[in-house]
Amino acid sequence: MSVREKAEVLDAAGLDRALTRIGHEIVEQAGGADLALVGIKTRGETLARRIADKIEGIEGWRPAVGALDITLYRDDLGSRAEQPQVRSTEIPFPLKGITVVLVDDVLFTGRTIRAAMDALMDLGRPRVIRLAVLIDRGHRELPIRPDYIGKNLPTSRKETVAVMLKEHDGQDRVVIQEPEETESSGAQAGREAAARPRRTLRKGREE
Amino acid sequence: MAWTRKDLVSMQDIEAAEISDLLDTAESMKEIATREIKKVPTLRGKTVVNLFYENSTRTRTSFEIAGKWLSADVINFSASGSSAEKGESFLDTARNIEAMSPDVVVVRHKAAGGPALLARHLKCSVVNAGDGAHEHPTQALLDLLTIREKKGHLEGLNVTIVGDITHSRVARSNIYGMRKMGMTVTVAGPPTLIPPACQEMGVKVSHRLEEAIAHADVIMMLRLQHERMTGGFIPSLREYSRVWGLGLDRLQHCRPDVLIMHPGPVNRGVEISPEVADSPYSVILDQVTNGVAVRMAVLYLLAGGKAA
Repeated sequence: MSVREKAEVLDAAGLDRALTRIGHEIVEQAGGADLALVGIKTRGETLARRIADKIEGIEGWRPAVGALDITLYRDDLGSRAEQPQVRSTEIPFPLKGITVVLVDDVLFTGRTIRAAMDALMDLGRPRVIRLAVLIDRGHRELPIRPDYIGKNLPTSRKETVAVMLKEHDGQDRVVIQEPEETESSGAQAGREAAARPRRTLRKGREE
Repeated sequence: MAWTRKDLVSMQDIEAAEISDLLDTAESMKEIATREIKKVPTLRGKTVVNLFYENSTRTRTSFEIAGKWLSADVINFSASGSSAEKGESFLDTARNIEAMSPDVVVVRHKAAGGPALLARHLKCSVVNAGDGAHEHPTQALLDLLTIREKKGHLEGLNVTIVGDITHSRVARSNIYGMRKMGMTVTVAGPPTLIPPACQEMGVKVSHRLEEAIAHADVIMMLRLQHERMTGGFIPSLREYSRVWGLGLDRLQHCRPDVLIMHPGPVNRGVEISPEVADSPYSVILDQVTNGVAVRMAVLYLLAGGKAA
């Protein structure tokens, strides 16, 4: 299914401002002690590094940064036609007793975050886990709430949110996309969305 | 590329891109072995049956650990003491096991083609853990993973496999896999232990050890497979060891960055001297460690994402 861009939500400057603000909020709440940012692969890892840069700029010290691959913890492994690629988890510091801020690009159903929390717990026992997301697009299926939000973005289920980052996509911007279909009315589209098997972990773009 | 196969039966069947995929997945799995709690929930509720008609410690244990670290239930079935001894056929035994709804059957059999037969008849996934002198794909994959890890790449490397090529499923699987990954393979051994049709697999043949190992990036020493030998292939073990054994004296003429591999079990003092087996060139134990990671990758790809 082809998609078309519906609207730009953040440009490069807006995205940078959002990360700066998240950096400030994290420092304000966590103080200095034992803070680590753990990004969920792939774009969450990049965002975690950028937020760490911001904190270093503000505070003069840099929090530890790790990367988490949640593939082995997904709840939809048995129901997908093909297996998602397993990437490596790189958390080269002990989690015990520290404050971990999970970082992801788009918060949607919450299932990725559930998997990420299970993955973290298997690696150690952090004192606190908090959640930072660039975009919260709603439609939660689990009782999960972010602590730091770049932008709240009400969306419909059939839309997708694409977070593009220089490191992966050559540019910094966030856009809403919708499927390319012309004639369907709103009510019909709603029924289609309900009938369609839910792809629960789909958030920004398919990897 | 996405993994779509139901079974892993041979290296001859699978493509270079699939091998690369498998190795990447195995590399990611290695991190789990470094954890304090070595368990991820990926295959929770899946059942893996180890169906072994031939003795094995390394491979069976390795599959068992791999399955357990991924949270699968692993059941071991060995032919001795089973209904196979009471006259039940191989296929009947397998069908009975299938009736208990396993997700993956890992099979080792003395007959070449045993796993392929099961793969055709069973609806669940089948992994070949060694069939006679035919193939042992997960061994080849763990060898490739070890080489890639140590050398950083596979393409263009020279590998020399020394010893009993005729009876070695490890050699066969490795030759298929290494050729697909763009490696040059030389086999070396006494003429009685080199199959005549070897060149058709795209390998060079050498009957002089010194010459075969001089430029090798990797030397893989094989055990004499006495259990598969039906006649007099070598005059004596001592003679074999003197001509074909790898000792420190011969190692001196090799490349300084050579890797020494052995699929095990090692017969120290026959095909390889203890000094070489324990030398810094030896990656024999890395192979075993990587074996678990490779089998985790195989189980994940076969059972992890299968449509429900």
